[in-house]
Amino acid sequence: MELKQYNLVFLYQETFALTKRLFIQLQRRPSTLLAGILQPIIWLFLFGALFSKAPEGFLPGVDSYGNFLGAGLIVFTAFSGALNSGLPLMFDREFGFLNRLLVAPLASRLSIVLSSFFYITILSFVQSIVIMVVSFILGYGWPDFYGLGIVFTTLILLVLFVTSISLCLAFVLPGHIELIALIFVINLPLLFASTALAPISFMPNWLGWLASINPLTFAIEPIRIAYTQTMNLELVALHAPYGDLTCKSCISILFSLTVFSLIIIRPLLNRKLN
Amino acid sequence: MNYIQVSNLSKSYSDIEALKDLSMEINAGSLFGILGPNGAGKSTLIKILSTLVEPDSGEVFINNINLIKNPRKIRELIGYVAQDISLDKILTGRELLDFQSDLYHMKQKEKYERINLLIDQLEMNDWVDRKCGSYSGGMKRRIDLAAGLLHLPKVLILDEPTVGLDIESRNIIWQLLKDLKNDGMTIILSSHYLDEIDKLADNLVIIDDGRVIAKGTPAQLKNKLGGDRITLKVREFSTEEESKKIHEILSSIDGISQIIINKAQGYSINFVVNKEKDLLTKLKVELAFSKFEIFSLTQSQPSLDDVYLQATGKTLQDAEISMTGKRDLKKESKQSMR
Repeated sequence: MELKQYNLVFLYQETFALTKRLFIQLQRRPSTLLAGILQPIIWLFLFGALFSKAPEGFLPGVDSYGNFLGAGLIVFTAFSGALNSGLPLMFDREFGFLNRLLVAPLASRLSIVLSSFFYITILSFVQSIVIMVVSFILGYGWPDFYGLGIVFTTLILLVLFVTSISLCLAFVLPGHIELIALIFVINLPLLFASTALAPISFMPNWLGWLASINPLTFAIEPIRIAYTQTMNLELVALHAPYGDLTCKSCISILFSLTVFSLIIIRPLLNRKLN
Repeated sequence: MNYIQVSNLSKSYSDIEALKDLSMEINAGSLFGILGPNGAGKSTLIKILSTLVEPDSGEVFINNINLIKNPRKIRELIGYVAQDISLDKILTGRELLDFQSDLYHMKQKEKYERINLLIDQLEMNDWVDRKCGSYSGGMKRRIDLAAGLLHLPKVLILDEPTVGLDIESRNIIWQLLKDLKNDGMTIILSSHYLDEIDKLADNLVIIDDGRVIAKGTPAQLKNKLGGDRITLKVREFSTEEESKKIHEILSSIDGISQIIINKAQGYSINFVVNKEKDLLTKLKVELAFSKFEIFSLTQSQPSLDDVYLQATGKTLQDAEISMTGKRDLKKESKQSMR
């Protein structure tokens, strides 16, 4: 028992040190943070302007396109940050810094993964909050208290899901070039094949199907509800080709995907880290 | 009692056999050298000892703890200084040491005392608060060594720590290793520098092609050769036929032993002469009788290179050269990447 308590203290100490290192890197090289904030803001301005003269009622349930787009960009910001989370680990692998961690008597090598989760979650939250504030300033609304809870819960689930995949890729792929290439391939197609930029009703049938099984959609729709209506988990958030999904269903699916991905990557992480 | 016991260690990377049934023993409080050319298997052995790589077969015990079964306990005992220095360029040296001490769960007061002591010992005061990315090779090596020593390990494992270093940094590191040994630390030092192992090591193994080909103290290994080492050339670049004839002549002279034809050095002949006898005069006469002239003849005290030459038929330098271009370092790096 005493040993277990020590292990928890040690786990905290090493996870804190690993997370602190990532934040020092961010502080001294803030370009990742800034780019992650600037890109969605630019999109918000450009796409908002592009559809500013769209006829009223063009999009069901929202006042303007910016009002519709906000949820998509918040999710996309968190998604992009989480997708890149494997990169620092990949660089540590390639440059041998990971060996420094692996020869240390860590209480658990889970701390290496935990620190990445903490870092990306905090980073994504900061970026998302900035996007939310800018959206608010542009007049695209602000969720109520309950809605904010849904926004952050959804973002945490998405970040955990995508970060686990990214960390897994960081161990499986041979180098950072391959990881960056894969991120490029995944990033924008997943955005366009979701309901971030347009509702399913605007899409051809095949794309509608793709969008309605896209994990981003399950994150976007509850957040959109939080922005456009008084939050209620039983509200229908997604009119998918296979049937309607409530906010609760969307979040449940996202939760299941996250748990599933964490279970799937566990053996790989065990093999690579033990 | 041996503090470290390595038994029948084997390790392969796909089609390359890096270690072949390798065994060795290391006493507590000694500086143990692992000598061998690049590609001999030194780094694989060091990575196994530091728990980074698991062997295919064999056993390692450090302080009676099974390394394969209890790697975490072993990690508490060891400090590891890798061949390729991997520092976080963004952190300062002091931040890196602080980070490292947290990985070893050091207490606040203890860690600052150790960090400051090591900064003084390794003369890093002037630059330790600069970012690691701005360090020279010597600075990087010193900070890396300090990181390996922070938690006062019982065993310090160093993989080629002085490769490419300036003389000042090398001397500082040599002096520190001597001091640490005098304080009772067990040190394992791999190197392909003969003078480094000769000067520092109490005991050593020479590794070639994944096997131990010689072990003992430097003096024991050199004394085993039995006399001074002679390198003889009858022309700058002889032929194989010529060298075989000279081999025959030398074999007939009593007191000359361990004759080796060194193909890599223009078919020069290396042999050992008994110090008690004046054999060189006799040698000159015998060569003249067979119409050979001496182009060059050097006599030297036996070195570890001669020990290597005796065991493998080539000098360490020749072994290095013969490996050049044969190793795919990128592939090896990928194979050993976690």
